[in-house]
Amino acid sequence: MLVPIEWLNDYIDIKDIDTKEFCDRMILSGSDLETCEYFCEEMENVLVGRIEKIEKHPDADKLVVCQINVGQEEPVQIVTGAPNVFEGALVPVAMHKSRIPGPLHGKAKEEGGTKITKGKLRGVTSYGMLCSAEELGFEDKVVPVAHRDGIWILEEEYEPGADFAEALGLKQAVVDFDITPNRPDCLAMVGMAREAAATFDRTFTYPDTDLEEAGEGQASDFVSVEIKNPENCKRYVARVVTDVKIQQSPWWLQKRLMYAGMRPINNIVDITNFVMLEYGQPIHAFDIRQIKDSKIIVENASLGEVFTTLDETERKLTPEMLMIKDAERSVAIAGVMGGLNSEIEEDTTTIVIESANFNGDSVRATSRKLALRTEASGRFEKGIDPNLCEAAADRVCKLIEMLGAGKVCKGRVDIYPNPESAKTIDIRVDRINKVLGIEISREEMVKYLTNLEIKVEGEGNIMTVTPPTIRQDLVAEEDYIEEVARLYGYDKLPVTLPKGNCESGMSYERSLRDLTRETLCGMGLNEIQTYSFVSPRGVDKVRIDEDSWERSFVVLTNPLGEENSVMRTILTPNMMEVLARNYTRNIDSVMAFELGNTFMESMMGPDQLPDEQYSLCIGMYGKDADFFTLKGIVEELLTILGIEDYKFTAESEYGVYHPGRCARISIKSTKDLLVWGHEVDEIGIMGEVHPDVAENYGMDGVRIYCCEIMFDTVVRHANTDIVYKPLPKYPSTSRDIALLVEEDVQVGDIIDVIKAEDDTILEDVQLFDVYRGKQVEEGKKSVAFTLTYRHKDKTLTDEDVAEVHNKVLDALKEKINAVLREM
Amino acid sequence: MQTQLNNILQAAKEQLANAATLAEVNDVRVKYMGKKGEVTQILKGMGKLPPEEKKELGQAANKVRNEIEELINEKMAEVKAAAKEAQFKAEKIDVTEPGKVVKAGVKHPVTLTIEEISKVFMNMGFSIVEGPEVETVFNNFDGLNAGPNHPARDPSDTFYISDDILLRTQTSTVQVRTLQKEEPPIKVIAPGRTFRCDTPDATHSPMFHQLEGLVVDEGITMADLKGTLDSFAKQLFGPETKTKFRPHHFPFTEPSAEMDVSCFKCGGKGCRVCKGSGWIEILGCGMVHPNVLKVGDVDTEKYTGFAFGIGVERVAMLKYGVDDIRLFYENDMRFINQFK
Repeated sequence: MLVPIEWLNDYIDIKDIDTKEFCDRMILSGSDLETCEYFCEEMENVLVGRIEKIEKHPDADKLVVCQINVGQEEPVQIVTGAPNVFEGALVPVAMHKSRIPGPLHGKAKEEGGTKITKGKLRGVTSYGMLCSAEELGFEDKVVPVAHRDGIWILEEEYEPGADFAEALGLKQAVVDFDITPNRPDCLAMVGMAREAAATFDRTFTYPDTDLEEAGEGQASDFVSVEIKNPENCKRYVARVVTDVKIQQSPWWLQKRLMYAGMRPINNIVDITNFVMLEYGQPIHAFDIRQIKDSKIIVENASLGEVFTTLDETERKLTPEMLMIKDAERSVAIAGVMGGLNSEIEEDTTTIVIESANFNGDSVRATSRKLALRTEASGRFEKGIDPNLCEAAADRVCKLIEMLGAGKVCKGRVDIYPNPESAKTIDIRVDRINKVLGIEISREEMVKYLTNLEIKVEGEGNIMTVTPPTIRQDLVAEEDYIEEVARLYGYDKLPVTLPKGNCESGMSYERSLRDLTRETLCGMGLNEIQTYSFVSPRGVDKVRIDEDSWERSFVVLTNPLGEENSVMRTILTPNMMEVLARNYTRNIDSVMAFELGNTFMESMMGPDQLPDEQYSLCIGMYGKDADFFTLKGIVEELLTILGIEDYKFTAESEYGVYHPGRCARISIKSTKDLLVWGHEVDEIGIMGEVHPDVAENYGMDGVRIYCCEIMFDTVVRHANTDIVYKPLPKYPSTSRDIALLVEEDVQVGDIIDVIKAEDDTILEDVQLFDVYRGKQVEEGKKSVAFTLTYRHKDKTLTDEDVAEVHNKVLDALKEKINAVLREM
Repeated sequence: MQTQLNNILQAAKEQLANAATLAEVNDVRVKYMGKKGEVTQILKGMGKLPPEEKKELGQAANKVRNEIEELINEKMAEVKAAAKEAQFKAEKIDVTEPGKVVKAGVKHPVTLTIEEISKVFMNMGFSIVEGPEVETVFNNFDGLNAGPNHPARDPSDTFYISDDILLRTQTSTVQVRTLQKEEPPIKVIAPGRTFRCDTPDATHSPMFHQLEGLVVDEGITMADLKGTLDSFAKQLFGPETKTKFRPHHFPFTEPSAEMDVSCFKCGGKGCRVCKGSGWIEILGCGMVHPNVLKVGDVDTEKYTGFAFGIGVERVAMLKYGVDDIRLFYENDMRFINQFK
């Protein structure tokens, strides 16, 4: 909402308040602002000049040489190429050594303005420049059509030689207030005047609506109004003006509009726009010649109706759109835009002024469906007080009378089936103080409220309050608490801390996520975070099976694009994207993890919230990356989370990974954690990324290692309680063995066989070598282990150890045909 | 005999003087003091001597033995010291050579920022709670007092899964969940992901993080809101930080405010970070609207509360000087590595 300070002074005298202070105090009382712009600050030595004589330029067809009276003894000679200059015209003259705020035509705006000096144009000296409105700092969209493409020609009389900015009152501040959606009343000069009055504890005056009504006859003689859809049109006020003379508006009115961001058009349009900005009430004007049978009917569009709006665009209407019709046809889309068929024209003499209240939701729906947003529709959408219609219609008429633009007929046609009144409620002085943590008097509160035109009655603790109907946001006690708080000043509220004590804490699950991040970072992995919504093609790129669960996506109905259109079911595709991005940026080695949510449709059906499960994805490539580094990281993490009974099992069918370098990870279930009777819980999968997957991400030939772990399942098994085990009192003894086994016997199986043989003194089994080659026959390998033995109550003798050790060796021979090699 | 002893002493002295290594000194020790050493032999031979000679010679022999012993020890110490000296010289390293790389990993800056903010509030007695990213329309809008036509409900602003399910646009959803589940006193923060239909650019991301706060108890005032958030700002941005509360509007709080902090780059003088104003907008807050408390069946006469919401990326960007929000989700390791 652009508020020119000069205009605001029409309603409240704040001339003595510095603009900066005005802004600061308005912010603190609740009117936040975007910017405060000072117009024409950079204008210097630009004078009003009258063109005395225009001659052709001797050497250029498109240039003319003007002699201009700028109030000095001699006229000033200026060369211009503008097509709209004429002898006698009053124009802005940027003199030699002047500054203008705007950029020169086609140039970029300069900080501090553009310097103008004399210069030669095709051999003729120009002692300055004639200026357009844009060159003087106005945006093209507010420049009046009359001089939009040329020099600014003044329509009113000014003394040549006068300072241009001063003569026209150009130097002024315009504040762009940022109005929150609960305060549509502030989208109007009157509303901002009310706020300023309350902020500075001053009075403000409403616009003058005292009418002469010199027109022949009553408004109702000219027009009748019928509302067929009272739900979407709460009120319709019509006034009639005869003897209309369409002209340019006077400068003061043009100026108001230009500073408020609107382009002056002609007196009638300008007045309707002016009143819209003044009251926040959109106004429309029809040429009565075009209203068939003088009937205005508010009703919905017909099925399949096509209608041409003022902007000469054909619009396809639907039956829920509210229209203004005459006896035969539509003449306007209610609250959005008028029709071309009833537009005010140069020869229009009698007009109907429409000041109506249309339902915001209906206007929003229509505007959205037609993709047509206007000043009017934007205002209706936010909600307008139907009680404004009357004053706004009168104000339009008052301005028409003031400008001599027509004669206003007596009375109004006012259809208002269900008049709305303000809601009166009781609020409590002590409650206000209690919520705000202050102790102020009833009198002080009453002052704040009455300054906002809220009527306060009753006595003692109870204040019976009635807001002005324009304040549709004031409905309950808490709304009034805010009014008191903001006018008292948030800055003056005391600063205290809540009295109660609370223990802080967090869920076990969250603490395990923190622990996991700490652990992985400690092992040198960087954390990444990626979008929760992904492209459904990600699962294709990582070669997930056609019918696999990872493809059962929770789908967005209105995604920004395909790449963010479904919720992720796994993290691996995002991890691959990140690895690939780093790889293409020549980062030679990456170790990263993401711990984030994945989403699956609820088992209770799609009308329930999806299941959100935390997943952990680790990904790496580069010099330190290999299968066993990744496996080691996973094992250490599981250990830190207190999980001991985990198992890695070879997997060759999962599309993401190299068939010979992939393992499923599972945890042995304890009884109380049995899920669907499974004795093991699968928690994830890891491996070397399949070369085809790597290729899909542009990482051909790069060895990438990934794992994805269902973190919530891990959490179920985790046990972070630490229990001290006494240190051993007796020494251990170890035996190294090298076994010759078939190539396809896995180390894990061998360890399982060894461990299964004894649970008394066999303390540990560690692999220390795997050897293939010389001295080992083809198709076999040598696998070497250290077995550690210890008894908790005594020192083991060789015989004690031999007994168990031989049993182990026998079992190895018998179960997996592992032959002991000579060490 | 005496002469023999003197000769032995003399010879031992000479040999020790020439010994340069530990081994050579040891040889000397063995030669004179070992089991078959020359001095040992003489002492062993004493037994055969008559008692008078025995006494006299014994004293002389012992003297020589002690003297040699002492000399050996001296020499031994000297040689050891020299050996160490030589070792140190040989083993000298260039300490300016680069260290071996032992790289600690780095948490994502969004995680770091959430942790940092959470720590401040946990020190003030707040607990961390969480809610889902995919939420009901009720928890995101209706339960938070947003009217049926609130503009944020529009599909051009909010991502939907169905008519009733959406991606939460604010962590305020956790207010509704907490109020429905817990009885006052309530003092919680809820960090998490939020989503809005914004095309990514330097300052917008369709996914970002917020940290919500909610306090509900008897006698909670707007002064408590100011005090808590002022303390938070001072702990996060430094004790010199000043705060400013401006009236604002949110459907779920009344009165509502936005909090600015004095610019931590320029201290309030005005700079590029604060766009010359000296202040930086940091969070939205307010007294919990009674309509929201009612969703959790909280007695609004007995209890009052305040709530606040902080944009995590915004704080991270301001704190670390990151000028493009998209960097957080590109996950370039050169970016992440800077947050050590």
